[in-house]
Amino acid sequence: MIDTRKNESVFVSGDEAVALGVRLSRPQVISAYPITPQTIVVERLSEMVEDGSLDAKYIHVESEHSAMSAAMGASSVGARAFTATSSQGLLYMAEGLHYASGGRMPIVMMNANRSLALPWSIFGDHRDSMSMLDSGWIQVYVEDAQEALDMTIQAYRIAEDPSVLTPFMINLDGFILTHTYELVEVPRQKEVDSYLPPFSTPNKMSLETPKSMGFSTSPADNMEFKYQQHKAMMDSMEVIKKADKEFSEMFGRSYHGLVDCYQCDDAEYILVTAGSVTGTARVAVDTMRIKGIKAGVLKLRFMRPFPEQEIRNILSGAVSYGVLDKDISFGYEGTMFTNVNSALSGSKNFPRGMNFVGGLGGRDISVQDIEEMFIALQKCPDNAYGDYIKSRVSFVNMGVNINE
Amino acid sequence: MSSNRITVKNMTDKEYFLGHKACAGCGGSLAVRLALKVFGDRTFAALPAGCMSAVGFIYPQMAFLNNAIISTFPGTGSMLSGMRAGLDALGVKDAHVVGFAGDGGTADIGLQALSGAIDRREKIIYICYDNEAYMNTGVQKSGLTPYGARTTTSPAGNNLPGSVMQKKNLFEIVAAHDIAYAATASVGYPQDYLNKLSKAAAVEGTSYIHIYATCPTGWGTPTETSVSLAKEAVDSGLWYLAEYEDGAFTLNRKPKEFFPVKEHLLKQGRFKHLKDSDIKVIEEARDKKWKRMLEKWN
Repeated sequence: MIDTRKNESVFVSGDEAVALGVRLSRPQVISAYPITPQTIVVERLSEMVEDGSLDAKYIHVESEHSAMSAAMGASSVGARAFTATSSQGLLYMAEGLHYASGGRMPIVMMNANRSLALPWSIFGDHRDSMSMLDSGWIQVYVEDAQEALDMTIQAYRIAEDPSVLTPFMINLDGFILTHTYELVEVPRQKEVDSYLPPFSTPNKMSLETPKSMGFSTSPADNMEFKYQQHKAMMDSMEVIKKADKEFSEMFGRSYHGLVDCYQCDDAEYILVTAGSVTGTARVAVDTMRIKGIKAGVLKLRFMRPFPEQEIRNILSGAVSYGVLDKDISFGYEGTMFTNVNSALSGSKNFPRGMNFVGGLGGRDISVQDIEEMFIALQKCPDNAYGDYIKSRVSFVNMGVNINE
Repeated sequence: MSSNRITVKNMTDKEYFLGHKACAGCGGSLAVRLALKVFGDRTFAALPAGCMSAVGFIYPQMAFLNNAIISTFPGTGSMLSGMRAGLDALGVKDAHVVGFAGDGGTADIGLQALSGAIDRREKIIYICYDNEAYMNTGVQKSGLTPYGARTTTSPAGNNLPGSVMQKKNLFEIVAAHDIAYAATASVGYPQDYLNKLSKAAAVEGTSYIHIYATCPTGWGTPTETSVSLAKEAVDSGLWYLAEYEDGAFTLNRKPKEFFPVKEHLLKQGRFKHLKDSDIKVIEEARDKKWKRMLEKWN
């Protein structure tokens, strides 16, 4: 058992790192439903409740929809709530995602990124969370188990900020992160307690000040609530940066806010990534640099709120950029690509961009695949002419020809 | 129980559910109103999509004086579980956690969450106000719509008599969980309902009350007959007053002679089209059910 009175490094999976981060965050209610590859999170949490190292009410719910519904019930009376899901489960609770964000309930949820049926696949891609991009949740994509643990703690800090009050989804690539064991430093409970104070909100039902919550509105009022929700999400950008800065001061680890960069300063060719593939991309950048090609990686940490300004600043200096999506919006392109292009559309220098769709259903993306992306970016045609529109979206590592 | 039992005469004058926009003669709002008078200030209520949430929470006019929240349509049971867990974690004692859901929200879309909540044995009270169709959306057939009822999705015509399915036996489905306390009630028998509300409030563990609630708008009945019709439904044997406690069923009311089914049904627009042969089907189903209840229940 881990002694949280002192800094300790442990060898754990990404799922277990999340569970450790949850325990340090002292949630009061956990609603749990199993789904691969998330299940280890709720298993470990149940063990922590059993052995007394986590003082929380653990609810065995009968579905993901109820996992979110129970978390909302707990949050509505002012309790700190946690749940976790993946893939089909995330979609099954989709109604609850919009509900929780509209109700301004700062629930934290871990999502193990996994492909969506059909065909069935338990392996990782980003189509589950990307399809929930408009649900009003803050979305972070972590790169390794340490970041998973640290962001779990930061998630509560950010979500519960009075100017934010917005639920928070921590995304871990299924299996690649959830089931890979890494050395992780576990912060001291005492320091986490001082970083993350107990949850306090006026937005709750209580005996002292009875409230009606989850109400309905007429067209005369609805937009004002949606505007406030949007504003809170926009305001969360500064809260995220502050949370990262203070976390770094206290625990010695910074993730640099909304985006992280690797070798972007003088980069001519920048690949935008999210999640675990960023590590692979860093290696590919190193090999490209040895060959004299000025490559860089922009790690998109947050998909919502979307770091438009950061993307614009970093990418507008490049010759061309690529976006590696583990997602495809059928009939168009990857969702990250659409968002990045939108961020750039207002900049004076709109570099040429290409979309690489890869990793669907858990297909491996190798260092060599990413090197090939950088080579393609060197040959990236001009935006305005020729076959650019047709060729800008390509599927990485396909087993069949596109026209097969 | 008799010394401190809540009656229409001694119950509080305080209203917890008022100024709402329910139709005149609404049985569901009566069920909610009486329940909150029994449960009092220390009540946290959850109501899914349905008539009572639609009429009680229109911003900025909130109709509940106690804490109340609209749950998702399928999630009443699980939201109640979360509320109870949150209150326990925060050390809030002696509070009631109560759900008010309609027949569709209970027997159809909310059944999974209700089953889970009962299975967890939490101290929550779940009240199903059963007006026998999806009234909030304009009278569509639910799992608790009785045979022969005309709804907007079970039209009566030359080929069909309205709904061709019998009412889902939800009371016994709930009891099959070996719930701590379950009861049926009718807005036509308010004292019986008040007694059951008091029992539900006192019981350790989960309780469920299924109350038959008239809907003049959906049933095509005069608003002033809401209470008498709900009483008549029990007297005719088409509904029944019963309890489930300690593993045993008890019939609270055993009419010596049933009020005529035909007379009762033909007062309602939704049954006006019924032929004698349809009424025979309804009577036979009633007799079969009553034979079983009288044989097996206390």
